[in-house]
Amino acid sequence: MKIVVCVKQVVEVPSYVEFGAGGADVDPAFTSRELNDADTYAVEEALRIRDEVGGEVVVVTAGDEGAVEALRRCVAMGADRAVRVWSDGLSVHDPIAVARSLAAAIRDEAADLVFCGVQSSDAAQQSTGPALASALGVPSVSVATKVDVVSGGSGLTVRREFEGGLAEVVELDGPAVITVQTGLNTPRYGSFKEMMKAKKAQIPVVDPGDAGASRVKVRRMFVPASSGGRDIEMIDGGPAQIAARIVQLVREVG
Amino acid sequence: MSGVLVVTEVVDGRLDESVRELVTAAVAVGGPVTLGVAAADVDAVLADTAIAGVDEVVTVRLAAGGFDHELQRHAVRAMIEQVTPDVVVLGYTIRAAAYAAALAEELGLGFASDVVGLSRDAGELVAIKPVYGGKVYAELGFASDAAVLVTLRPGVWEQAEVAGAPAAVREVALGGSAVSRVRHVEYLAPAGGVDLKRADVIFSVGRGVGAKENIEKFAEIANKLGAGLGASRPLVDSGWLPAAHQVGQTGVSVKPKLYVAFGISGALQHLAGMSGSKKIIAINTDKDAPIFNVADVGAVADILEVADELKALI
Ligand SMILES: Cc1cc2nc3c(=O)[nH]c(=O)nc-3n(C[C@H](O)[C@H](O)[C@H](O)COP(=O)(O)OP(=O)(O)OC[C@H]3O[C@@H](n4cnc5c(N)ncnc54)[C@H](O)[C@@H]3O)c2cc1C
Ligand SMILES: Nc1ncnc2c1ncn2[C@@H]1O[C@H](COP(=O)(O)O)[C@@H](O)[C@H]1O
Repeated sequence: MKIVVCVKQVVEVPSYVEFGAGGADVDPAFTSRELNDADTYAVEEALRIRDEVGGEVVVVTAGDEGAVEALRRCVAMGADRAVRVWSDGLSVHDPIAVARSLAAAIRDEAADLVFCGVQSSDAAQQSTGPALASALGVPSVSVATKVDVVSGGSGLTVRREFEGGLAEVVELDGPAVITVQTGLNTPRYGSFKEMMKAKKAQIPVVDPGDAGASRVKVRRMFVPASSGGRDIEMIDGGPAQIAARIVQLVREVG
Repeated sequence: MSGVLVVTEVVDGRLDESVRELVTAAVAVGGPVTLGVAAADVDAVLADTAIAGVDEVVTVRLAAGGFDHELQRHAVRAMIEQVTPDVVVLGYTIRAAAYAAALAEELGLGFASDVVGLSRDAGELVAIKPVYGGKVYAELGFASDAAVLVTLRPGVWEQAEVAGAPAAVREVALGGSAVSRVRHVEYLAPAGGVDLKRADVIFSVGRGVGAKENIEKFAEIANKLGAGLGASRPLVDSGWLPAAHQVGQTGVSVKPKLYVAFGISGALQHLAGMSGSKKIIAINTDKDAPIFNVADVGAVADILEVADELKALI
């Protein structure tokens, strides 16, 4: 079974930021980057299935050179190969353009199953997976909390989650895109040996060409005015004062 | 090509509660507003479509009940082809997110999700969307050469007024080619165990607790003060607490008299389950954590130090 996992090197920002790129993004000097949390579960799920039924796990990202670190971490976890998709015009702020670019690379892989994370922590769109499924012409299931490959076939049984903790079990035939919810497994880190291997892994770059064209333009980014309307009382003083005020407020309820 | 198509969902035989917020956003964008509903029993929800600002209602009759995101996508596609709106708005819910971006990809629409502001500026549709954990907002612009589909964050817009009578209804047929590739097997009820819904006071812990061993302290303090123990999802994901403690979109929704958030950042999906609390206290080391936007009382501090003081006090 060939499983492709889409992973993203997400951007994290501290409390204080300044903007670069003509105001259209946070100045990279204020950011750090790491593998998206949900994607570690997606990779683990793919590795688990590969280890059970055999096959190959290929990790793919759409991102600039810095995004290679996410791929190396996945190879260290045990992924067999990594591919990076990139063209200079690609906007990572347009999930449709990203999905079409990923599809340009994934189509050639002829995967039996494609995993994405449920959402990226920086863009929080829950959209790249469904858009990718459309671009590939295959069905998708979002927010999966359990994935079973029906032995010997292309059948999949998936448990997905809705609001309020309601879950639904569905069946479908692969190839398909499944977005993986956090918590459905325990992502591994990988051994020292695998980390060394990952450092040396050759990672080809695929140019998506026109697929990366975007309908979205980031006009600007800004820090929102804090406090959504409520007047907030900030407790002055140290932990002792804070604890005393909490107990006081609890007793007022009682 | 003009006007706004608002698509809402039917959950448990009722229109999703965010529908009147979506209508408010649509009216502000301008142009005629059409409300679209696709469900097995459309007639049962027609009375709820009587909302001020809605000019027309379009319906699609689905063959089966329950929620099938594939059929929903076909239905909304049929609505878009009939109505030819230049803006399509949906709620940012798990159900809508399962097909919204696929539909935008299929039809070549502009797209953004989890939008908190929507307006027009000189022919461009402008959508505002939180990024980077909600600390920064991105202002996105869409040229007018194609329609734009956006999903809107619940709880941001005011509810539109209920109208005296529903607008005229137009039924849209779903072609025979609209089949689902995903088969329903069964629904599973949420995990039971602790009853947070009945607690007057809830102490909730988030990733800020740092380690599993630290949860015990908060459990003990909560217990002594007669509070229920809640948690954010990552603690449940890590197996540190059973699922019944999880507050939020995919956990329990609570409205206690007092909700104390210890080391919780305030992600949309957590807020979905607790922002209706009467009073909210937030303790976080990051003074810009989004949780402070919904808090009535806040403190910038290390929750472990506060826990030690609480233990000493009670
Ligand atoms: C479909 C879907 C459904 C979801 N459903 C839910 C749900 O039901 N419930 C839910 O909670 N989440 C849910 N999530 C996850 C949600 O998006 C967030 O990832 C999650 O709420 C973050 O939890 P957190 O605030 O504990 O962690 P983080 O976001 O990591 O925040 C930790 C906070 O602790 C602070 N902190 C760190 N150390 C300390 C310290 N020593 N003292 C004080 N503060 C400290 C940090 O400044 C930070 O603000 C869902 C996600 C998806 C995609
Ligand atoms: N640039 C990208 N490259 C590869 N995969 C991505 C990228 N952006 C998003 N994804 C995948 O799509 C998931 C959901 O992201 P999002 O739609 O941004 O919330 C992520 O968890 C990844 O699996």
